[in-house]
Amino acid sequence: MNLNIDRNDNGDTQELKLAGEIDAYTAPQLKEALLPLTKAEGTMVVVDLEGVNYMDSTGLGVFISALKSTKEYNSDLRLVALQDRVRRLFDITGLDSIINIDSTVRGGK
Amino acid sequence: MEPYKFDVNNYRNLLKKYISSQDEKSLYQAEQFSKLSMQHNISPEEIINVHIQALKELYPDLPTEIDSSMNFLLETMISYGLAYQEFQSLREKQGELESEISIAANMQQTLLSTTKPDIKGMDIGAISVPSHQMNGDYYHFVTDESNNLGIAIADVIGKGIPAALAMSMIKYSLDSFPETMRNPSVILENLNRVVERNVDTSMFITMFYGLFNHETGSLQFSSAGHEPGFYYCAAKDQFHEITTKGLVLGVSDQATYEELEITMEPDDMVVLLTDGVTECRIGERFIETEEVLEVIRQYMHLPAQEAVESVYRHFERLQDFQLRDDFTLIFLKK
Repeated sequence: MNLNIDRNDNGDTQELKLAGEIDAYTAPQLKEALLPLTKAEGTMVVVDLEGVNYMDSTGLGVFISALKSTKEYNSDLRLVALQDRVRRLFDITGLDSIINIDSTVRGGK
Repeated sequence: MEPYKFDVNNYRNLLKKYISSQDEKSLYQAEQFSKLSMQHNISPEEIINVHIQALKELYPDLPTEIDSSMNFLLETMISYGLAYQEFQSLREKQGELESEISIAANMQQTLLSTTKPDIKGMDIGAISVPSHQMNGDYYHFVTDESNNLGIAIADVIGKGIPAALAMSMIKYSLDSFPETMRNPSVILENLNRVVERNVDTSMFITMFYGLFNHETGSLQFSSAGHEPGFYYCAAKDQFHEITTKGLVLGVSDQATYEELEITMEPDDMVVLLTDGVTECRIGERFIETEEVLEVIRQYMHLPAQEAVESVYRHFERLQDFQLRDDFTLIFLKK
């Protein structure tokens, strides 16, 4: 299974639209796309996870790295449109308390 | 076929035969010749050299242009020869690394091994199956003088060798905590600080820690973002998810951990697991929690160790079953 990453450059807001699976094989690809975006001061990085039907803990590791990087470079990270299975991972691990997750977007199945 | 001899005569005869007949058999022999040459570490340019000599013997009046072009080809092939030598030495190195990894995996087993204690009034079963050579899952039992039981189950994220090394750090921290500090929430807070200071940014650890008091039958527990376990209440014949709020270890040094307590009655059981169990796949489909509980229910009447092994074997036997992550399952039966 693959991961497709589409980038939308809106100046101060950088959007990554993901589709597919985030696991040990695709996580490096996500890390490569996501981490550099968090290194520009004042940038809001929005990651749209609507098309992601599976993510394992390696994927969480990438988002933790990205979050730490936003603290260091004074940028922002927001995750939107999580499917239930993916959302559950953030809930169990307590990461929902430290990562900005937009729950107004539908949960989807 | 004739035994292999890498000499000009042999090659010349083969070449001559082919030039005159252009038959498949000679081509096949040429293929054998090159395979055997590789086995004898003969470089591509040596073969070309032999080709040039054979050609000259067969055609003493070889036009100088062809002669020169062959020398040109010889020079061109030298880099290929070097690359081939490099490939050979990498292959040897890979073999060495593989054997070192298997030594490391054995060492991990020894370093992290934990003995399942004999606790009065508690039947314990535990199984941990790595999906790769090194296991990123870990469980650990400690008992104190009053026969209370501490249970840790953990999953290091960030797989492979770095994960295994982090595991050893956790184990030695757990062993070094004084007995007065055995409260699950306090243990996790301390471990969190150890991990946060020492671990790479994309690596983190989930852990469930429980403390069972064998006199009162109480189980105090805290979770650092670990996959929720289950409490089976025999009186109601029901499973309840057991989890508490708490961030995974190694992300923020400010994290605090909620602690809850349940009292286990006779025939009650606590099930602890890692996400390797709940994220099993059958073909393209994930196993649902209800299915996991059904399978557990099917085997939980057995002695605890036999029961966890039967549950694993049950999943393993399913068609198209793939173990994508390390699989660890613990039963605590009262």
